Amino acid sequence: MNYVIIGNSIAAVGGIEGIRRADKQGAITVISAEPHHVYSRPLISYLLEGKTDLQRIKYRPDNFYETNGCAVKRGIRAVKIDKEAKKVTLENGESVGYDKLLIAGGARPFIPRISGLEKYGYHTFMTLDDALKIEKKIENTPNARVLILGAGLIGLKCAEAVHKKAKEITVADMADRILPSILDAESAGIIQRHLESYGIKFMLSAAVDLDKAQFDILCVCTGVIPETEIAKDAGLEVGRGIVIDARAMTSADDIYAAGDCTESYSVVTQKRGAVPILPNAYAQGETAGINMAGGDAEYDKAMPINAIGFFGKHILTAGVYEGTEYKRLSQGSVRKLFMENNALKGFIFIDDFKKAGIYSALIREKNDLSGLDADMLLSGDIGLKAYSKEERDKILRK
Amino acid sequence: MKKIYVQEEWCLRCRLCEYVCAFANSGYEDMSAALKDKPINPLINVEENGKISYAVSCRHCDEPSCVKSCISGAISKIDGVIRIDRDKCVGCFTCVLSCPYGAVMAGPGGAAMKCELCINNGVGSPMCVKYCPNRAIILK
Ligand SMILES: Cc1cc2nc3c(=O)[nH]c(=O)nc-3n(C[C@H](O)[C@H](O)[C@H](O)COP(=O)(O)OP(=O)(O)OC[C@H]3O[C@@H](n4cnc5c(N)ncnc54)[C@H](O)[C@@H]3O)c2cc1C
Repeated sequence: MNYVIIGNSIAAVGGIEGIRRADKQGAITVISAEPHHVYSRPLISYLLEGKTDLQRIKYRPDNFYETNGCAVKRGIRAVKIDKEAKKVTLENGESVGYDKLLIAGGARPFIPRISGLEKYGYHTFMTLDDALKIEKKIENTPNARVLILGAGLIGLKCAEAVHKKAKEITVADMADRILPSILDAESAGIIQRHLESYGIKFMLSAAVDLDKAQFDILCVCTGVIPETEIAKDAGLEVGRGIVIDARAMTSADDIYAAGDCTESYSVVTQKRGAVPILPNAYAQGETAGINMAGGDAEYDKAMPINAIGFFGKHILTAGVYEGTEYKRLSQGSVRKLFMENNALKGFIFIDDFKKAGIYSALIREKNDLSGLDADMLLSGDIGLKAYSKEERDKILRK
Repeated sequence: MKKIYVQEEWCLRCRLCEYVCAFANSGYEDMSAALKDKPINPLINVEENGKISYAVSCRHCDEPSCVKSCISGAISKIDGVIRIDRDKCVGCFTCVLSCPYGAVMAGPGGAAMKCELCINNGVGSPMCVKYCPNRAIILK
C-alpha cells in the first residue's frame, strides 16, 4: 500500500500514527512545503518569547519519520491531484502515485485589504519561519514599536511573545473587544485589563489607518483561511473547508482530509463547520490514517476547546455560550457555565480551572445533569460525581 | 504494564494517598519539609460523593485524550504509562481541559502534572498503593 500525505504538521502526524496502528508495512510519503522537522505550530509564540527552542519545539522526536517508515519531501509543495490517475504533482514537476491520499494542508493567514499594507510591509505569524523573521527584525530595530492587526488568539500570543523585546505594542481590531472567538464581553474585559497592565495598548472598534499609526514592525494576525485550492481544482467537494465525513473521507474515493483545511459535521455542535484547533487536527488525522489503512474509525465530536495563557493568566474554554449563564467571579478568576435543558453547553474558566476536562466531557457527551445542582457544578468540586455509578465503576476499574 | 485500580467500597476517605503522593512528587527528602503548612500537590484526589468516596488518578487510557490534544507533543505513552515531558511542556493546560477524569493538573512549576505511577520521581512503585491502609487502591 502506498500512502501519500500532503502537509507535514499536526493532522499529518495524526495520519501517520493512525496508519501505523493498522499497517506497519505500507510506504508513506510526506510532502512538506515547510522545510522543517514537524514542529508544534502553537509554540511559535513561545519560541519568539524565548520559552522554548528549536529542539523542544519539535512535535515528535528526531527519529519520528524513520521510526514510522516515512519518506519526507521537504520544502516542496504539491500543486495538483489527479484523482483518476491517482497521483500528486509537485511544484518541480515530479509526480507521486498513491493508493490512499491524505490532504492535511492546514490554513494560511487571511490578509485583509487595508491600504498601505504593501507599502509598509508586514509580517504574518503562522509558521516557524515567521517567528524567526519577526525575532530578527526586532533585534535589528532598537526601541521597536510593534503594531499588531487582530486581537484574536494569534495576535495576542504574538503581542505577549514580543513584549520583552519591543518598546511599544499596540493591538488594533475592528471588533469592540478582544478574543471574540473564545470569550464573552465580560471575560474579554478582564483579559484586556490584564494585558494592559503589561503595557499592551489597544485600538478597538475602528479600522486602522496605517498612514497615521506609529510603528516600526507590522504584524497581520487577522485570521486564517483553509488551504482548499488543490482539492477544489481536483473536483472535490469544498465549502469553506474541504468537506469530510465522520471517517475523514472527502467526496472522492481514496482521498481523505484532516485538520484546519477541512469542514465537517459535528454531533456536538450539530453544525457543519471548521474547528481549527490542534486537538481536532490530530483526531481527524488519526481517524483518516486508521481508515486509510483499512481500519474503522469515526470522529464526529469536534467542538471548540481552547486553553491559552497570557502573562500567567490561564483561560480554559469549551463549547458554545448558549442558554442560561451561571457564574462565579472572584479577584480576576472566572467560572461561567452555560446550560440548556439540563445539559452543559459551554464554559469559560479563567485562573480557576480544576478538573476542566470533566466539563468538556459533559458537553461532548451531552450528559443529563438534572441530578446535580448548579452551585456544585460551578464550584469545581465535581469530580467523577458527574458520571453515573456504572460509568464510574468502569472508569476506576478499567 | 500494571495499572492502579480503585475499589470505592474500601476507601476510608483518610486521604493518606494524597499525602504520600504529594510527598513522593515534591522533590523533598523530608516529609515535614514537603507537606507541613503548605498547599500540597497530590496527583491522586479522594473524591467524596455522599456516603462513598474514592481516589482518582490517571487511568493511563488506551485512547488518551491528553496525549492526542497536547499542543507541544510533550505527553506520550511509554510502556503503558502516560508520561509528561515537563521540559517540553509550556503549561497551556490543554491536557487539563481534555482529561475526562480530571486527572491532569497544573503543577507548581508551571508545567502540567499527573500520576506517572511513581516511575518518574525516583520512588519506583506507586506510593498510594503501598500506603493505602485498607487496600482500596491496588496495582495489578
Ligand atoms: C500562533 C498560533 C497559535 C496557536 N495556538 C493554538 C492553541 O493554543 N491551541 C490549539 O488548539 N490550536 C492553536 N493553534 C492552531 C493550530 O496550530 C492548528 O489548529 C493546527 O496546527 C492545525 O494543524 P494542521 O495539520 O491541520 O495544519 P497546519 O498546522 O496549518 O499545517 C499544514 C501544513 O501543510 C503545509 N502545506 C499546505 N499546503 C501544502 C501543499 N500543497 N503541499 C505541501 N505542503 C502543504 C503547510 O505549509 C503546513 O506546514 C495556533 C495556531 C497558531 C498559528
